[in-house]
Amino acid sequence: MRGNWFQRYSILPGFWPSFGLSMLYLSLVVLIPLSAIFLKTAALTWPRFWSAVTSPAVVASYRLTFGASLGAALVNAVFGFLVAWVLARYRFPGKRLVDALVDLPFALPTAVAGIALTSLYSENGWVGRRLAPWGIRVAFTPLGVLVALIFIGLPFVVRSVQPVLEGADRELEEAAASLGASRWQVFSRVVFPMVRPALLTGFAMAFARALGEYGSVIFISGNMPMRTEITPLLIVAKLEQYDYAGAAALAVVMLAASFVLLLAINLLGSYSRKYMEAQ
Amino acid sequence: MNALRSDSTGDPAPLRWALTLLALAFLGLFVVLPLAAVFGQALAKGWEAYWAAISEPDALAAIRLTLLASGIAVLSNLVFGVAAAWAIAKFQFRGKNVLITLIDLPFAVSPVIAGLIYVLVFGARGWFGDWLDAHDIRIVFAVPGIVLATIFVTFPFVARELIPLMQSQGTDEEEAGISLGAGGWQVLFRITLPNVKWSLLYGIILCTARAMGEFGAVSVVSGHIRGQTNTMPLHVEVLYNEYNFAAAFAVASLLAILALVTMAAMSLLEWKMRRVYSELQAEASPEA
Repeated sequence: MRGNWFQRYSILPGFWPSFGLSMLYLSLVVLIPLSAIFLKTAALTWPRFWSAVTSPAVVASYRLTFGASLGAALVNAVFGFLVAWVLARYRFPGKRLVDALVDLPFALPTAVAGIALTSLYSENGWVGRRLAPWGIRVAFTPLGVLVALIFIGLPFVVRSVQPVLEGADRELEEAAASLGASRWQVFSRVVFPMVRPALLTGFAMAFARALGEYGSVIFISGNMPMRTEITPLLIVAKLEQYDYAGAAALAVVMLAASFVLLLAINLLGSYSRKYMEAQ
Repeated sequence: MNALRSDSTGDPAPLRWALTLLALAFLGLFVVLPLAAVFGQALAKGWEAYWAAISEPDALAAIRLTLLASGIAVLSNLVFGVAAAWAIAKFQFRGKNVLITLIDLPFAVSPVIAGLIYVLVFGARGWFGDWLDAHDIRIVFAVPGIVLATIFVTFPFVARELIPLMQSQGTDEEEAGISLGAGGWQVLFRITLPNVKWSLLYGIILCTARAMGEFGAVSVVSGHIRGQTNTMPLHVEVLYNEYNFAAAFAVASLLAILALVTMAAMSLLEWKMRRVYSELQAEASPEA
C-alpha cells in the first residue's frame, strides 16, 4: 500500500493543493492574526498585565458580562426548553411560522437588534412605558444588557433540544406510564435525562455567545462607566486610546474564559453521557 | 395505538394550552416585538422620509460597501470551504480533527476580538504598521480591513455545511469517476458539487447574511468614515447616535428584510437537505 505517515493513499487527486490552500488561508486569516493577541500581551510585564486586567472598571465589566451572560443563558435554558417542547410535542395553527421565527436572532444583524430593543425598552418605548409605573427600568441598566443577551442566545437552546425531543422514542415514555409512573415522574425520570446533554450544550453555546456579544448590547446598555460597560466595549475603548497591549490583555482573558467554558461543557457532556449509559 | 399514545404520553389539554401560550408569549416579547419595532420606527415619519433615508448618498455608499465586502468575503470563503471540505472529507490524514476544530475557531471568538487582531497586525502601531505606512497602503480604517474582518467572522460557514455531508457521502462516486478517466476538476464539478448543492447554497446564504450584518468586528477596523468606510450596520449606528432615529431604522429595516429573506431561504433549503440526508440513509440500508 502506498501513502505515507501523514496521509493514507487514495486514487483521488488534489489532496495536497486543497490541503495546502486550506492551511495557507486558515493561517493567514485566522491563526497568525490571532497569535498577535498573545504576542502583544507577552510584551507586557506581569505586573502591568495584572493591573490591566484587574483595574476596577475592568472587574466591574467582568461582573456584568459574566453575570448577565449567565443569567441570559439560564433564562434561555428554561424558556428555550419550553419552546422546544411546545414545537416538538404540540400541534397548533401557525406552528411552522413560529418554528421559523426562532431563527430570527441568528439572522437579524446585531446592531439592528440593539436599536430595536432599545427603542422598545426605553422609558417612552412600547414595553418600557408599561414597566415604568412599577419602577422597572430596562434600557441603560444592567437589566437591558440581560434582555439583549436573552435575545441573541434564544435559538441555541431551542435548536439543540428540539431535535432530541422530536427523535425521542415515545415507547420509553409509554412503558414508564404503563408501569404506573405519573406524568411528572415520566418527565423527570425519562424525558429530562434524555434531553439533559442537549440542554447543557445549548446552554453553553448561549453563554459563550453572550460573553463576546457587542452589537446588540452597546445600544441598550448606555455604556455607563462601572455600571453598564461590558468587557468587549472596554477592549474597543482601549483600542481607541491606542492602548493596544491593554486591549490585547483583555482579549486574552476573554479568550481564556471562553476556552475554559467550552472545556467544562465538553467534560459535563461526557459525564452526562456516561451517567446515561450507567443507568 | 394512537389512542394509547395520546393517553399515556400526551399532556392534558389545559397544560398544553398554558405551555403553548407561555412559549408564544416569550417568543412574541423577544422576537416578534423587536422585529415589529424596526418596521414601525422606520415608517414613523412616513414613506417619503423612509425613501429619503435609504436613497441619500451616504446610505447608498454604505449599501455599496456592504455588497462589496460581503461579496469578496463570501467568494473567498466559498473557495476555501470547498478546498477544505475536499481535503477533509475525501482523504484520510493525521490531525484531521485538529483542523476541523481550528476551522470552527472564529465562532468562539468575540467579534470585537476579530477586529482587534487585524488592528494589532496592520494598525498604525501594529506589526506591519510602519512598513504599510512607508508604502502608503491602508488596511485598517479602510476597505481591506473591513473585508478581512468580514472574512474572519464568516470563515467557517461554507466549510462546516459541506464537511459533514461530504464525509457521509463517501468517495465511491468520485473513485468511479476517476477510474473511468475523468480529471480531478471534472469529478469536482460534475460529481461532488452537484451532490452537495443544497448544503453549499445553505452555507453561502448563511455566510452572506452574516457578512452583510456584521457589526462588532467591522466597527473596530472601520474608523467610521462617512461615505467611505461605513457599512450598512455602521451607518445605522452613526444615524442612531445622531438621534436620527427614523433614518437609522429605515436603513435597519433593509437589513431586517434581508434577515427575513434569509430565514425563508433557510427553511426551504432545510427541507431539501433533509431529503438528501434521508436518501443517503435509504441507500445505506436498502432493505430497511
